[in-house]
Amino acid sequence: MTIDTLRLTAEEATDLLARKQLSAAELHGAYLAAVAERDPELHCYLRTVAEAEGDGVPIALKDIISTRGIETTAGSRILEGYVPVFDATVAARCKAAGMPIIGKTNTDEFAMGSSTENSAYGPTKNPWDPTRVPGGSGGGTAAAVSAGLAPWGLGSDTGGSIKQPSSLCGNVGLRPTYGTVSRYGVIAFASSLDQIGPVARNVRDCALLYSIIAGRDARDSTTVELREPVRLPEDEDLTGVRIGVPKEMNEAEGIEPGVAEAVRRAIELAAELGADVGECSLPRSIAYGLPCYYLIAPAEASSNLARYDGVRYGPRVEADGFYEMVERTRDAGFGDEPKRRIMLGTYALSAGYFDAYYGQAQKVRTVIAREHAAAFERYDVLVSPTSPTVAFELGAKATDPLAMYLSDLLTIPSCMAGLPGLNVPCGLSAGLPVGLQLIGPQFSENTLFRTGHALERALAFDPVPARLR
Amino acid sequence: MTGAGPTEPARSGVAGFAGVDEWEPVIGLEIHVQLKTRTKMFCRCANGFGGGENTQVCPVCLGFPGALPVPNRTAIEWTIKLGLALGCQIAERAVFSRKSYVYPDLPKGYQISQYDLPSCINGSMLVPGVEGDREVGIVRAHLEEDAAKTTHVGGRTGRIGGASTSLVDFNRGGTPLVEIVTGPDLHSAEDARRFLQLLRQTIVELGASDAEMEKGTLRVDANVSIRPRGSQELRTRCELKNMNSFRFVAQGIDAEVARQTAVYEAGGAVVQETYDFDAASGALTARRSKEEADDYRYFPEPDLVPVEPSADLVDRLRTELPELPGARIRRLERELDLDRATVLVTGGLDGLYEATVAAGAERLAAANLIANRLADSDPGAIAPGELAKLVEARDRIPRSALDEALGKLAEPGFSADPFLAQEAVSDTRALEPIVDRILQENAGQVEAYRSGKEGLLGFFVGQVMKETSGKANPRVVSELVRERIRA
Repeated sequence: MTIDTLRLTAEEATDLLARKQLSAAELHGAYLAAVAERDPELHCYLRTVAEAEGDGVPIALKDIISTRGIETTAGSRILEGYVPVFDATVAARCKAAGMPIIGKTNTDEFAMGSSTENSAYGPTKNPWDPTRVPGGSGGGTAAAVSAGLAPWGLGSDTGGSIKQPSSLCGNVGLRPTYGTVSRYGVIAFASSLDQIGPVARNVRDCALLYSIIAGRDARDSTTVELREPVRLPEDEDLTGVRIGVPKEMNEAEGIEPGVAEAVRRAIELAAELGADVGECSLPRSIAYGLPCYYLIAPAEASSNLARYDGVRYGPRVEADGFYEMVERTRDAGFGDEPKRRIMLGTYALSAGYFDAYYGQAQKVRTVIAREHAAAFERYDVLVSPTSPTVAFELGAKATDPLAMYLSDLLTIPSCMAGLPGLNVPCGLSAGLPVGLQLIGPQFSENTLFRTGHALERALAFDPVPARLR
Repeated sequence: MTGAGPTEPARSGVAGFAGVDEWEPVIGLEIHVQLKTRTKMFCRCANGFGGGENTQVCPVCLGFPGALPVPNRTAIEWTIKLGLALGCQIAERAVFSRKSYVYPDLPKGYQISQYDLPSCINGSMLVPGVEGDREVGIVRAHLEEDAAKTTHVGGRTGRIGGASTSLVDFNRGGTPLVEIVTGPDLHSAEDARRFLQLLRQTIVELGASDAEMEKGTLRVDANVSIRPRGSQELRTRCELKNMNSFRFVAQGIDAEVARQTAVYEAGGAVVQETYDFDAASGALTARRSKEEADDYRYFPEPDLVPVEPSADLVDRLRTELPELPGARIRRLERELDLDRATVLVTGGLDGLYEATVAAGAERLAAANLIANRLADSDPGAIAPGELAKLVEARDRIPRSALDEALGKLAEPGFSADPFLAQEAVSDTRALEPIVDRILQENAGQVEAYRSGKEGLLGFFVGQVMKETSGKANPRVVSELVRERIRA
């Protein structure tokens, strides 16, 4: 049978496999064929896997997720040729569920970036407009799902690396509650913020994939068991759901009018579906979220990246002495953005500065969490644009790190508070997707899925990029 | 450079104290103990040596990308138990931090170590001494992971600078390590030695470590300063490293105290340095001083949650504590004396001693026999009842029989009875000719004895014992010798 990889959902594919109308190998092959056709232009994948291992629906994995026997680079030269001897827990859970790997997708180097332009292996292009970025850091997975090069995939989100690319590529991405998905084997960027999450073409697929990867893992002592099983959303109304609209996150400077308009219409639609909609305020989260993030994330990154020294794995630049070898290896292996963040983070952790920077940022983090908790006393879900803008042009912000950092203005605060967030496409602005961000309290994934699903049905957004239809 | 002379620049106003006795040493110790848990601190690799280099390793202890630490529950419990044994407060919330530095023995680029919130704080250990107990403050005891073992090949110093190759064995990397820090409460090398003996015995009896300095499972650094006796000030201290026995720790401290004394007496000032003590030459070698202080950029380890032991757990661990060595020394001191009590307890022999006494042996005789003759045996393998019989018969049976019996004491099923049947030769008529001959053959020594060298008595007795193949009763021989010399 012909497989339309652009439209086939994972749920439909599961059904076809169960009814033996299709084999897993055929399905895997169909995606590889689509990759062969469209990926030379888009560059979603750093490498693909020729053999389908497993009898389930195949998946794309961000190249930050360790896969046994498959090169895993985190988008960095310093891990070029590195082949893990073990699977990340999320990869192992996908394999245990029978899911063959289609390939490893492109990422900003060590997940540091918002456009995938920081990949050492070249940028990924947005399937809606290849002159534009797919967002980042998980641009490879998001673009692959939108371009029909995978039914679903996994990304990692530190300050918006799942939600923002999903927004820019027009699909559904979940950043789960911190601690519900194992980080074991996922190459660390900022450990207290990193979360693994699903990217899919619709909310039900997203929930299904989340149910496969979530839950406590003995190898990651920061993980916990889910409070309740994941429910695939059915409801098409929002009766009884209380939706808060944080003023600062919907009126922030830099939100494009087209984005604000699409989000406003989605909020109106939510009210029509029965939700109680009201305004709320998160002033400190918006004022301090981004600056605090840019202390904590680089501080942890500077420590997490200290293991790349050329001694045990990865390329080595030889020199006369140990310290010189390490210096040269890092100079050649790390790109500008990791270097920038290592320097920022090293400074923030230095004696005499710790209290003023990292210590203070952690305190503000508590303030942000409390401010959100207060809002959740009145609301079940908070909504805002995921990204202030639609996909921007390649190179537009590449030389201006601060402008790039602002792409994550709206995604970062809830990440700092360890909260789950879901991106659901809510329309187009100038022909490019706009994403709606749904934020809930810890462990509220089922509420987010329910809300996202009802909105998705009512919005009837077509996730296939217009130029590929 | 060796630090024997007053090489530091003079500082005004501190000289003017004459004589070594005018200076009081102030010593604090940092002790590292490798825990003998079955697995490593943060992974499931086997803990302990054996196998070839880099065979007990995994992605976690090799610092592979994405690998995460999971703390060893047993190591945490043993640390708490050790803290309780040292009278520490147990933190309701202890936090692992990352300590960053660049060295090939540290695969992650940081060591996971408790830092500002350690598991155990504010304890003390009473070290029994002739002038009463010395209270040694335990500032903290914290848990961390050991670094890998490095060997630098080529180059003159054995250090990484100038080496042509550096070899790293990661088997040791990730071993649970407890660091114990004392207050500056020790005031002599002998103090330090006694403290370490007692601490070591405590650790061994808790079953937490074999604590052997020769094998590196116990490591000691000493911080040493001196001050005018009677003063309470704390002056600049120097750190001594690389001492791999208690004796070398004591020698190192003595050498450093002498060095600092010479510096002050020459009108100089002590400069903070780290020294390696070379036991063979007795020399202290300063390590190359760094231009800047280390900055380890500590921050809480985000891959781990805080250690929050329940009150129930701490209570349970407290009830599991055995009677501690210090308490046992004080108890035994009442029936013996401090030295014998210390030797028995720090040698792990006091249990055997008490059981032997309970089986009817005389206290002092049992203590002497055990301390002098059984120090290297396995006390657990010895039947106290049989030992008590030997203690009772020690002077009656031939020396040779006693030696043989003690040699076989730890063998399974040992019975003292066949040895007890042997009688030592106590018949003076049989012994007199032998004594006389020995005295004749050693006329010089006899002369010396007569002019006051009474210590030679043992020599004469020994000669007679040799002559009789150990069958003579030494007490009878010794009386006989005295009698014949006087005659």
